Amino acid sequence: MLKLSNVTKRFGNHTAVNNLSLEIPEREMFGFLGGNGAGKTTTFRMILGLLDKTSGDITWDGGPISYNESHLIGYLPEERGLYPKLTVKEQIIYLGRLRGMKKQEVLKKLDEWLERFKVPEYLDKKVQELSKGNQQKIQFISAVIHEPKLLILDEPFSGLDPVNVEMLKNAVKDLKNQGTSIVFSSHQMEHVEEMCQHICILQKGTPVVHGSLREIKHSFGKKNLDIRGDFSTEFLKNYQGVASYKELPDGCALQIEDEQIAQDIFSELQGKGFVRKFEIEEPSLNDIFIEKVGASYE
Amino acid sequence: MNKFWTIVGHTYLSRVKSKSFIITTAITLAIIIGFANISSIIDMFSGDEESDQVLVIDESGIYGDYLQGEGISEGAGIAFENFEGTEEEAKDAVSAEEYDGLLVIAADENNLPEGDYYANRISETGEQVEIEQILQQLKVVVGTQEAGIDQQTLDMIYAPVSLQTEQLDDSARTAEEMNQSRGLVYVMLFVLYMTVLLYGQMIATDVATEKSSRVMELLISSAPPMMHMFGKIVGIALLGLTQMIILLGGGYFAIQANQDSAAGEFFEVMGIMDNDPVIYIYAIVFFLLGYFLYATLAAMLGSLVSRIEDVNQLIMPMTMLIVIAFVIAMTGLGMPESTLITVTSYIPFFTPMIMFLRIGMLNIPFWEIGLSIGIMIVTIALFAALAARVYKGGVLMYGKSGSLKDFKRAINLSKKE
Repeated sequence: MLKLSNVTKRFGNHTAVNNLSLEIPEREMFGFLGGNGAGKTTTFRMILGLLDKTSGDITWDGGPISYNESHLIGYLPEERGLYPKLTVKEQIIYLGRLRGMKKQEVLKKLDEWLERFKVPEYLDKKVQELSKGNQQKIQFISAVIHEPKLLILDEPFSGLDPVNVEMLKNAVKDLKNQGTSIVFSSHQMEHVEEMCQHICILQKGTPVVHGSLREIKHSFGKKNLDIRGDFSTEFLKNYQGVASYKELPDGCALQIEDEQIAQDIFSELQGKGFVRKFEIEEPSLNDIFIEKVGASYE
Repeated sequence: MNKFWTIVGHTYLSRVKSKSFIITTAITLAIIIGFANISSIIDMFSGDEESDQVLVIDESGIYGDYLQGEGISEGAGIAFENFEGTEEEAKDAVSAEEYDGLLVIAADENNLPEGDYYANRISETGEQVEIEQILQQLKVVVGTQEAGIDQQTLDMIYAPVSLQTEQLDDSARTAEEMNQSRGLVYVMLFVLYMTVLLYGQMIATDVATEKSSRVMELLISSAPPMMHMFGKIVGIALLGLTQMIILLGGGYFAIQANQDSAAGEFFEVMGIMDNDPVIYIYAIVFFLLGYFLYATLAAMLGSLVSRIEDVNQLIMPMTMLIVIAFVIAMTGLGMPESTLITVTSYIPFFTPMIMFLRIGMLNIPFWEIGLSIGIMIVTIALFAALAARVYKGGVLMYGKSGSLKDFKRAINLSKKE
């Protein structure tokens, strides 16, 4: 289990991460979100020991994380990087050995992974000859080849086509089911929604939302209301309890304060005309993110 | 420790296998072998040259026989042939390239020889230099005979004077000893200079490459930056050693193969054969100290750069230091006892070259050597500590770079706050 307690990082006068506390158990995928420059990468670097924390504690299974534990940790950095002039085989062997593996083990695992990603012919290709998406797969392999107990994925799916996203997603899910704790950072909310049970949203280094995804959605209060019909919905724009209004060709999408408002609107619509659709939806993570992070931009 | 050797091995192997390394080594080796065989190569091209055929018209009637006789024109590579005919006919023969030149000798008012030399082409270093010497000799012989001095007296006058030298200060090195170690000092200065320039640059470029390809973040999340830095330094050192062994070995065998001509002479001139063995130990010690100091500096500077193009700009100060050290050392070969040399031999960046020069050229007390080695070791330790800090922060730093201001940024980044 990875545990961060009251972790703070200051660069001079600038506070990059402020009093962050997290717990990530085994077999758990944790969504770590935040706007650009919110302190996600800084947090990862502190977990990995690349940066010293100003205060607080980071522990893995109760003990501090040092380079002696580096074989337990896998890291996929946001900025992708491999040796462009080395072959896939050479790089993975080097990176695998730095994580404490033997050459033979690396080769065996590498074959399995290349097979799984349907690119076994890349074994002896130079990285610079591969397309960006395929380099990404190799980068992913380098992060998981040593079967880490803690895996940090910083934007793992950016720049991939849908087929490859699916392939990598399944690989990540398998790792999770095998018992790996995964910290997952992404700007694509639908991926986080699909894969994570718990999330944390950072805003300028401070956690603004933290907890289980279901509870966060529930306690968010606001709901989405989708109305389609053969009548004008203009009057809902300034309706009491409507937080936001978005005009659609055949209706509107609303954000409402709570479910009671929906009932009021429903009765209001009586006699206006034919209602094709009237649906209350849970708020999406996207809505929550924009609300929480966007609010403090104003 | 395992990881350390993995890094060393990776650094070494990926460089050794690279085309650029193989090609540079091969070209350098070819140049060295070429130099060792330079005399045979020159011989090969000029081997067919015969001695110059020069016609002589002797207007006085006395000198021609001297030229034909031994003693005067011996070994000059010029064959003289008396010509019975007019000057015009002789000139025609030379113009037709049947002969290489025409020498017309006459007696001047003192009854001494003077000459005119005609050839198709007169060059600065051609045979006229030799002919002038021969005429000079002829003049001496004729002149002394005119004056009634016999050959024996003449030989006595021309015998070299003897001058015995003896040093009263025992601590100073004899001229002979100095000459012996001068060769070794030369070699050491050049090797260290080239090493720092070449391999220092290589280290900085390697670090910058890993940074710019962003693989660095993976590397230092697997192994501590300090281990990574020293792994790289040792890896490049082994690479340098490999290259040296190939080049020196190749050079040695090439010279050995030519033993009869250049080899013995070469070793004698360089004084490499019969030095005190202790000086070789010092050579190795100071070489290693110099390498590690500059290599640490190079790694530190390399870690500040985000683009490979900026490497040269940032390692410029380091290059300047080694050039200055080299220039001072070269000056010092002529005056090893000057204050400049004594003072600079304690400045860490200059010590490896200049203290070694003093050891080679002077008899300096051991405590001075010990002190300079001590200063070097402390400096290397300080720089390693500083470099490790800068490296840790520097490798995470991206964006515009290329100035020494980045030092401060890098150190701040590696601090707790």
